[in-house]
Amino acid sequence: MSQTVLHAKGLEKRFGAVVAATEINVEVPEGACLGLIGTNGAGKTTFVNMITGYLKPDEGRITFGSVDITGKAPREITRLGVCRSFQIPQLYNSMTALENLEAAFGIVLLNSASGGWFVSPRTPVPGYGAPIRELAEQALERFELTAYRDKVTRVLPGGVRKVLDIAMAMAVQPKILLLDEPTSGVSAEEKFGIMDMVMGVVREAGTTVLFVEHDMEVVARHADRVLAFYDGRIIADGKPDEALNHEQVLKHIVGHTQHATTGQ
Amino acid sequence: MNSLPIGYRFGLVLLALLAGSPWLPPWLLFMLTIAAANGLVVLGCMLFYRAGLVSFGQALYFCAGAYTTGLVTNLLGVIDVLLLLGLSGLAGGLLAYLVGFLLARYRGIFFGLLSMAFSMILYGVLTKSESLGSTDGFNVPAFTLLGFEPDQPQVRFTLLAVAVAVIWLVSLVTDRFLRSPYGPLLVAIHDNEIRTEYMGASAKNTVHLVYVAAGILAGMGGCIGATAVGHIDPTMAYWTTSGEFVFITIMAGVGSVVAPFLGALVFGIIYTIAFSESPNTWQMVLGASLIAVILLLPNGLWSLLAKRKGAQA
Repeated sequence: MSQTVLHAKGLEKRFGAVVAATEINVEVPEGACLGLIGTNGAGKTTFVNMITGYLKPDEGRITFGSVDITGKAPREITRLGVCRSFQIPQLYNSMTALENLEAAFGIVLLNSASGGWFVSPRTPVPGYGAPIRELAEQALERFELTAYRDKVTRVLPGGVRKVLDIAMAMAVQPKILLLDEPTSGVSAEEKFGIMDMVMGVVREAGTTVLFVEHDMEVVARHADRVLAFYDGRIIADGKPDEALNHEQVLKHIVGHTQHATTGQ
Repeated sequence: MNSLPIGYRFGLVLLALLAGSPWLPPWLLFMLTIAAANGLVVLGCMLFYRAGLVSFGQALYFCAGAYTTGLVTNLLGVIDVLLLLGLSGLAGGLLAYLVGFLLARYRGIFFGLLSMAFSMILYGVLTKSESLGSTDGFNVPAFTLLGFEPDQPQVRFTLLAVAVAVIWLVSLVTDRFLRSPYGPLLVAIHDNEIRTEYMGASAKNTVHLVYVAAGILAGMGGCIGATAVGHIDPTMAYWTTSGEFVFITIMAGVGSVVAPFLGALVFGIIYTIAFSESPNTWQMVLGASLIAVILLLPNGLWSLLAKRKGAQA
C-alpha cells in the first residue's frame, strides 16, 4: 500500500441549520484516482472546497503529507501542491489560451526561488527548466488546445474552457489535483474523449486525482476508488464495482436503471 | 529603430527634446516640466489600472511628496533637487505602504472612493494647519543640483533636465517590471482573482506592491511639481487633482510606460491653449477632448503610436 498523501479526519461544514458535510473521513493514497459521486447538494463540492481552502471546515483536520492545511488560504494550499479545477472554468477571459497559460506559468516562476520584481520572462522556470512561453506551448499541445492558441478564452466552447482550466491547474505541477465536474456541460459524444485525454496527461505526470463526476460510466472507467456522498455523508467508499453496486448508492445516487451500464 | 526596447527609443526622444530645449520659451519649459511631474503620477496610476483599479486619491501622494519637499527645504535647509526627489518619493512610498494595508483589500468603487477619502483627510488637515500656511500654503525656495546653483534663466532648463532624467529612469525600471510575469499578473488579477489565488499568487500583495510603487512615483511627481511652481498649497491633495490624474490615465491609455507622459503632455497642451483662449470654458474643452478620445481611440492616445509602429510596445 502506498503512502497516504491526503488525510481528511472528521470534517464537518454547516451553513446555518444546513449540514453540508459531516463525519467525512478520507485517506487518499499517493497515486490514487478517486471518483466522487453523489446527487446535487450531497457534499462533494463542499468536500473539494474544504480541501482547497475555499471553505474552512467547522470541525476536523486536513493533513497533506505531514502538513496541516486545515483552513489555510487557497494560495498557500496551492503552493504546497494541491490544485483544482472548477465546475465553472475560472479563466482569464480577456486573454488568449496561450496568454492564460503564460500567466499561469508566470505565477509559478514568481513563486519560485528565481522569481523577483524584474525577473525576465525568458528565465527557465524551476522544476521545468524551460521558459514560460515554451511551457505554455507545450501545455497547449499536451492538452490538445493548439487550435485555440490565439483565441480569446471568453469565446471558447465549454469543453475547451474546461480543459484549459485543468491545464492551468496542472501548471503548478500539483501532487494532488481535484477536478470539480470536469465533464459537466460537455456533450455526451465529447465527454469520453476529453476525459481520456485529460486523465492520460494527468496520470502520466503521476498526479493523485480526486474528481467529482455525475456520469457513472466515466467514473467506472477512470476511478480506482469511489467515494459516494449522500446528505453530507460518505455512504460508500471502495472499489468502483463495489461502491457503485452498494445498496445505498443504488438507491440514492445511481438509480436502478443505470445499474446495468456500470457493471464491468 | 523598432528592434530597440521602448525605453531606449523613449530615451532618444527625451534626449532630442532636451537638446532643443534651450531654444524653447520659458513657459513651454514650465509646461513640459509639469507634464513630466503629472506623467510620473499617471505612470503609477497605470500600474493599478492594469489590475482594473482606478484611484480617485492619487493626489494624496502627489501632495505628500510636494509637502515633503516644502518642509525639508524650509525646515532643514536641504535644497539639493536629487535629495528632495529621493525624500519625496520615500514619503509617498511610505505613506502608500501604510494606507495600502487597508486599500489592497478592496476592489472597484470601494478602492477608488476609499483612496479619495484618504486624500481628502490630508486636504482637511492641511487647510486647518495654520503653521503650514493653511489654504494659502507656502513657498518652496530655489533648488541646487549637486552643488550647482542655477541662476534665473537656467532654472527652468535645469529642472526640466532633471525631470527628463527621472522619467527616463523610472520608465526603464517600470517597463522591466511590466515585462516580468508581474505584467500579466496584473491583468490576471483584473480578469479573475479566484483563478489567480488558485495559481498560488496573492492578489492583495500584488496590488499592495504596485500601490507602493505608485506612491513613490507620485511623491517624486509632487517634488518636481513643487519645485517647478515654487509654491505648494492644499489643493494638491484635493480630489479634483486626483481627477486630473485619472483623466490623463484614461486619455493616455495603458499600452506602454511612455503613454502616461504622452498623455500628460497632451493634457498640458490642451489645458494651456484652452485656458488662454477661453478662460471661462476651459473645462468644457478638456471634457470634450476626453470624450473625443474615448469615442475615437478606446485604447487611449497611445494606440495612435502603437498602431503606426505596428507593434505593441
